[in-house]
Amino acid sequence: MPAEATAAPLLETRSLTKEFRGFRAVSEVSLRVAEGTIHALVGPNGAGKTTLFNLLTGFLAPSSGQILFGGDDITGKQPEQIAHLGIARSFQITSLFDQMSLVDHLELALASPTGMGYRFWRSNAQLRRFRDRAMELLDEVGLGDRAGQAAGSLAYGQKRALELALALALDPRLLLLDEPTAGMGLEDVDRTIALVKKVAAGRTVVFVDHNMHVVGSLADTVTVLQSGQVLAEGTYEQVRNDERVITAYLGQAGDAHV
Amino acid sequence: MTAFIQYTLQGLSTGGFYALSALGLAVIFGVLGVVNFSHGACYMLGAVAATVLLDTLGLGFWAALPLVTLLMFVFGVLMERLLVRWLLKLDPLYNFLLTFGITLVLVDLVKRRYGVSSLPYQVPAGLEGRIDLGSLSLSRYQLFVSVFSVLVCLAVWMLLTKTRIGMIVRASTEDAERSRALGINVGRWVTPVFGFGIALAGLAGVLAAPFRAVNADMGSNFIIVLFAVVVIGGLGSILGAVVAGFLVGLVEAFGQAYADRFSQVLIFVLMALVVLIRPAGLFGKEEAA
Repeated sequence: MPAEATAAPLLETRSLTKEFRGFRAVSEVSLRVAEGTIHALVGPNGAGKTTLFNLLTGFLAPSSGQILFGGDDITGKQPEQIAHLGIARSFQITSLFDQMSLVDHLELALASPTGMGYRFWRSNAQLRRFRDRAMELLDEVGLGDRAGQAAGSLAYGQKRALELALALALDPRLLLLDEPTAGMGLEDVDRTIALVKKVAAGRTVVFVDHNMHVVGSLADTVTVLQSGQVLAEGTYEQVRNDERVITAYLGQAGDAHV
Repeated sequence: MTAFIQYTLQGLSTGGFYALSALGLAVIFGVLGVVNFSHGACYMLGAVAATVLLDTLGLGFWAALPLVTLLMFVFGVLMERLLVRWLLKLDPLYNFLLTFGITLVLVDLVKRRYGVSSLPYQVPAGLEGRIDLGSLSLSRYQLFVSVFSVLVCLAVWMLLTKTRIGMIVRASTEDAERSRALGINVGRWVTPVFGFGIALAGLAGVLAAPFRAVNADMGSNFIIVLFAVVVIGGLGSILGAVVAGFLVGLVEAFGQAYADRFSQVLIFVLMALVVLIRPAGLFGKEEAA
């Protein structure tokens, strides 16, 4: 069990709100994610999960509220700054550089926090330094034998694995995974669960997923969102038996695969 | 066969202007998300600048080539810093309108200062005349332009694929948001990339000066064809811009040779065919379902 009450959280949001022309996509969300835990965000479509991710990673600026990471206020920082602070994310719709090889992807990610990327002519010779680490990461997600292939040629499940490797390349303290198993077959889902468990060791993970099997297998803490607000929070067992959650999901049973 | 080789050469030299300019258009679109309508005007400005340098300072083609390219880079940097930058957060349509406006201003300024008739420009020393190979007679200058633009495209390609800075620009071109999540400061590359794109258009302009009519309106038709090039190659695709540039040059040259009245139409027929078969263009990314 995570000791949430005692330790200072790694990630904390305070009354985080995002309005789009009067529509509150995220409303007064106060979240505490303890270091070293796996935290799931669930909720019906349109509950504000992806908006929340975009707020946490700086792709959207909140209308009000605060985001604290490791005790520091990171509200309003740019996505690349947040990445350098140690928050990495994967994307819901796989977004990779189709024409670039797998190993190039990782080298790009590995080099970015070192700052050497901004010197003009330190080219490939310098990148070799990152090659070993890149290969390690590819091996870790089971793509070691495809390092030279272009990302565009990968199968769907492999692309998701590459996404994960990319996020890991930043060696993040906090890993945000947006629907890591979306659109996967059963076999891939189980492989992804095992993979996330493996990479979560020593890190903090926040993930969104609709698949309750995934949530149940991975999450230490589950936060249920509905209409941009926190509906319930607790362990998977607690949340699953929560009256409000059951009511919320029954109305949306088709979407939620409870 | 002789005629075939001559038209091919002509096509490659024209294609060189298209490829260089479309390359600039592609990197600008990729990194900034801006469709730069003023690209044709920048091409025109490059050509006009070459004639002006000759008239006022006596600087010939070989001096103009690097100098105008540099000047156009500075022009691009200023344009991005002073104007384009302020609209980047808004709908991309605003920057399209802005660059359209810039086009009108540039064209009229040039007309006001230099009139509407074409400015004379000589084929540079050492590249006049033709090379005779048996029955084959090739224009030295066209040969030079073809080889030179292929070399520049190759150099840019090396820069983009073999260097770290190129990797960052390519990544940002493919998916700026994704790149930022990897910790890449895409914003830092916006100004130099814009300048670089404009410089390529200016370079194409200088290359065009010796054998195209240099006047304020030379960019108007150019930009239309350039958009066809970009659509054929795939919007935002760097390789697509280069391949489609040379392809359109060839279509235009062979069109002029065998069906002169339809040479422009053929380009757009090609574009329509490509769009019918591959809506995202030859090298464009298909929209994910």
